Amino acid sequence: MSTLTEPAQYITFKLGDELFAINVTQVREVLDLSQITKVPTAPSYMRGVVNVRGSAIPVIDLRMKFGLPRTADSVTTRIVVMELTLDGESTVIGGIADSVHEVIELEAAQIKPPPSLAMRWRSEFIQGLGKRGDEFIILLDIAAVFSSDELALVTDVNPTPH
Amino acid sequence: MNASSPTATFLLEAEDLLTQIEDIVLDLGKQADDGEAIGRLFRAFHTIKGSGAMFGFESVASFTHHIENALDKVRNGEARVTDQLIQLILASRDQITELLALPQGSALTPGAERIIAEVRAFLGESTESAKPVVAASAQSPAATAGRQGTTWLVSFVPPQGIVVSGLEPTLLLRDLRSLGACEIVTHLETVPSLQEIEVERCYLSWDIRLTTDRGIDAIKDVFIFVEDESKLSITPLPTVATGGAMRAAGEVTAPGKTESMPASDRGVPAAEWEAPVAAGASKRSTAKDSSVRVPADKLDRLVNLVGELVMNQSRLAQVAARLGDADLAGPAEAIERLVGELRDSVLGIRMMPIGTTFSRFKRLVHDLSKDLGKEVDLVTEGADTELDKTVLDQLGDPLVHLIRNSLDHGIETPERRTASGKPAKGTLRLTASHEGSHVVVSIHDDGKGLDTDAIRSKALEKGLIGPDQVLSDRETFALIFLPGFSTAKQVTAVSGRGVGMDVVKRQIDALRGGIQIESTRGAGTSIHLTLPLTLAIIDGLLVELGGDQFIIPMSVVTENVELQRSERSRHNGRNTIAVRGELIPYLRLRELFEIGGEEPDIEKIVIARHDGQRIGLVVDRVLGSHQTVIQSLGRFYKHIEVCSGATIMGNGRVALIFDLAGLITHVKRTPAPARAA
Amino acid sequence: MKTILTVDDSPSIRQMVGLTLTQAGHHVIEATDGRDALTKLGEQAVHMIITDLNMPVMDGIELIRQARATPQAKTIPIVMLTTESQPEKKQAGRAAGATGWIIKPFSPEQLVGVVAKVLR
Repeated sequence: MSTLTEPAQYITFKLGDELFAINVTQVREVLDLSQITKVPTAPSYMRGVVNVRGSAIPVIDLRMKFGLPRTADSVTTRIVVMELTLDGESTVIGGIADSVHEVIELEAAQIKPPPSLAMRWRSEFIQGLGKRGDEFIILLDIAAVFSSDELALVTDVNPTPH
Repeated sequence: MNASSPTATFLLEAEDLLTQIEDIVLDLGKQADDGEAIGRLFRAFHTIKGSGAMFGFESVASFTHHIENALDKVRNGEARVTDQLIQLILASRDQITELLALPQGSALTPGAERIIAEVRAFLGESTESAKPVVAASAQSPAATAGRQGTTWLVSFVPPQGIVVSGLEPTLLLRDLRSLGACEIVTHLETVPSLQEIEVERCYLSWDIRLTTDRGIDAIKDVFIFVEDESKLSITPLPTVATGGAMRAAGEVTAPGKTESMPASDRGVPAAEWEAPVAAGASKRSTAKDSSVRVPADKLDRLVNLVGELVMNQSRLAQVAARLGDADLAGPAEAIERLVGELRDSVLGIRMMPIGTTFSRFKRLVHDLSKDLGKEVDLVTEGADTELDKTVLDQLGDPLVHLIRNSLDHGIETPERRTASGKPAKGTLRLTASHEGSHVVVSIHDDGKGLDTDAIRSKALEKGLIGPDQVLSDRETFALIFLPGFSTAKQVTAVSGRGVGMDVVKRQIDALRGGIQIESTRGAGTSIHLTLPLTLAIIDGLLVELGGDQFIIPMSVVTENVELQRSERSRHNGRNTIAVRGELIPYLRLRELFEIGGEEPDIEKIVIARHDGQRIGLVVDRVLGSHQTVIQSLGRFYKHIEVCSGATIMGNGRVALIFDLAGLITHVKRTPAPARAA
Repeated sequence: MKTILTVDDSPSIRQMVGLTLTQAGHHVIEATDGRDALTKLGEQAVHMIITDLNMPVMDGIELIRQARATPQAKTIPIVMLTTESQPEKKQAGRAAGATGWIIKPFSPEQLVGVVAKVLR
């Protein structure tokens, strides 16, 4: 299939030490952290709503969604505004990342399927592992991430050595 | 399927027609003369049949044919409107709805066959004389003769009025020429003298020798519209030309040269004819219906855009006010006015008369009262009262529930009614009317009324009230809306199982509406629903809480008072405040939402009303009234009950809109220690 | 370009006829019943009328009769849309002055064929 061999563009961002990537076709824009209005009684990983071009868009803390500890926002913190199709419905949603890096091209050959074992992240949310230089990039199936009601994407099995 | 394809249009149209049919049927028998109603019913079914066949719904067409037939008989006085016919029409209508849901080209369902048999039985028809409904086309493909170049003699004497029937004989000659080589002889013998000529009559006749490889059917097809009135003979000629005889009869026109008729025969001179057409066509665009169907999502998009426009306009107004520039102030004011009008107009598009919702209930009342063995008249008033489409859409379910309740528990059986001196037939009144910025929809029955003693003892039994609690009638009625009041064991098949009045209450709350009950033992019950005109715009009180702005719907706000820190300590632990002698419970939203930061020395309490009770909401500051366009919080926040939506403020920040009912539900669910001051 | 007035109370049929004839290069105006059609006839010259027979307010037969009495539509082709199940309607339509008929259901090709047949 030609679509597999053609390189796809990804936008990369960091949560903690890990580098993640989302297909650019799913990203509408990247915004500086603006004033987020907290929604009372909502779970804490749902950081609130923010005005994106006249619409109130929900903002999710990706760190917390991915089961990482919450950290204070910094100057590099960004909102990645994504447009996803969830349950057949087009949904705009913002995700907070520690920092957003660059747009990269990855060819299919550069992407490996996620290893099913010894992964810190749940495989159903991961499209594959990309490699750039020495660095691994986790390619996310971001629609699957947000279709899931579960908060943490880390596996139940603690991946740290016993 | 394309949203604007003729097939899509047909499906919408069929839906409308089926609704009409239901309306008309349920009114049948109310007037002495149903002739007009039967005519409308017939036409509605006829259109469904005709258009259904056009768009590939053959099963719909062949099914509809039978009930159409029955109505035709009624129209012609050969059959009468009976209860059985009414049931058959309703059953047919429902069946058509089902058939339309099937893919085009589906076969008749067993259910459809059964109804057809019943309709036939009603008409006293035997079941064998099935008549084809989906007709062959008007222009059946011409039978191909297969013979090479047969020559035919076609003799054609048109009726003298042919031109007045809109057909020009020359067109027929043109069509003949398209079949093959023609020799055409025009007979002028029958043309009278000039004084006797009537300009609209055709006195000519023709003999045509046509050589074609097409069959006789193709030739007959040319004359299809005139064959009955014309003298027409089509005979094959021997292959050797016998043109000499024809030439003797008249002059021969060379093939390819058009027969011309005197211009006066057209009735209007050609030159005068063409001019107005061109002028008319350029001036006028295609005629359109007086109404247009628009997909709801397009309308939603429009409303959202207007919302953005309103927001940006209010920013502009702020800037203009700050700059104090007279040159800017004029246009800014004009834009404010225009945007306001635009907003009202756009929201006006979403307004729909409640009548369509009402008419749905005719069938419900008809069917239910039959099932329950009761006689009920449905009376509707204020059907032209308009409400936002979203409100209307969400109003259906609660209304169905309330109507079911009235029929099931309110209106008595005819025997019981007669015994208590009432007319055997009960009346259910559905009314709608404007009251300020709200619409009040009422359901009134003349049934047995609510039994306050029974409600009270049931509420006691369920632990919803204490044994010593003194309640007014109105407070007692309000108990039936409490979750857990409705008992599943007493609910009949009609009222549904496990769905209580608390669900109705919740649905109306979600519409930012209110419910009130009036009831008199033995005389009946009225339930009044107070609904906002629109859900898209809200009049609210803008308040501040921990640096964020919130909007409290104005419809629930009664007043706001100050709460001093010192005063608060006095009330601490009791969380009530005395307002003009009345003790009002209040909620400290800061604590409820666990908002940190510095508390102001003087907080405000906004007094709101919920279910006839007053409750205070403690906020940091009250900023003033604010009219705003509501946005949904979307799927990620759908479980949040304390907020009903969001709005974008003039400064670009998002403000959340409180949902008072949800707030109170949330507080009741949250364990008290979490709220302790 | 010829102007054709299509008269039908069914929006889907009007749309289908309108689309077909517009694609065939004609200018189409629409009316929802006989009375509406007579009004439109008074406003604008048309070259041809295609009318349904069963319509509210004023049916197709009455429209044909009244149209034939107007100078605008005295001699233009008027084609009626009829069904196989109503032969008596066809007769009544012809008596009223219809030029021809198309039997429902019909295809776009059949429609274009009949229009080409009667349109000058």
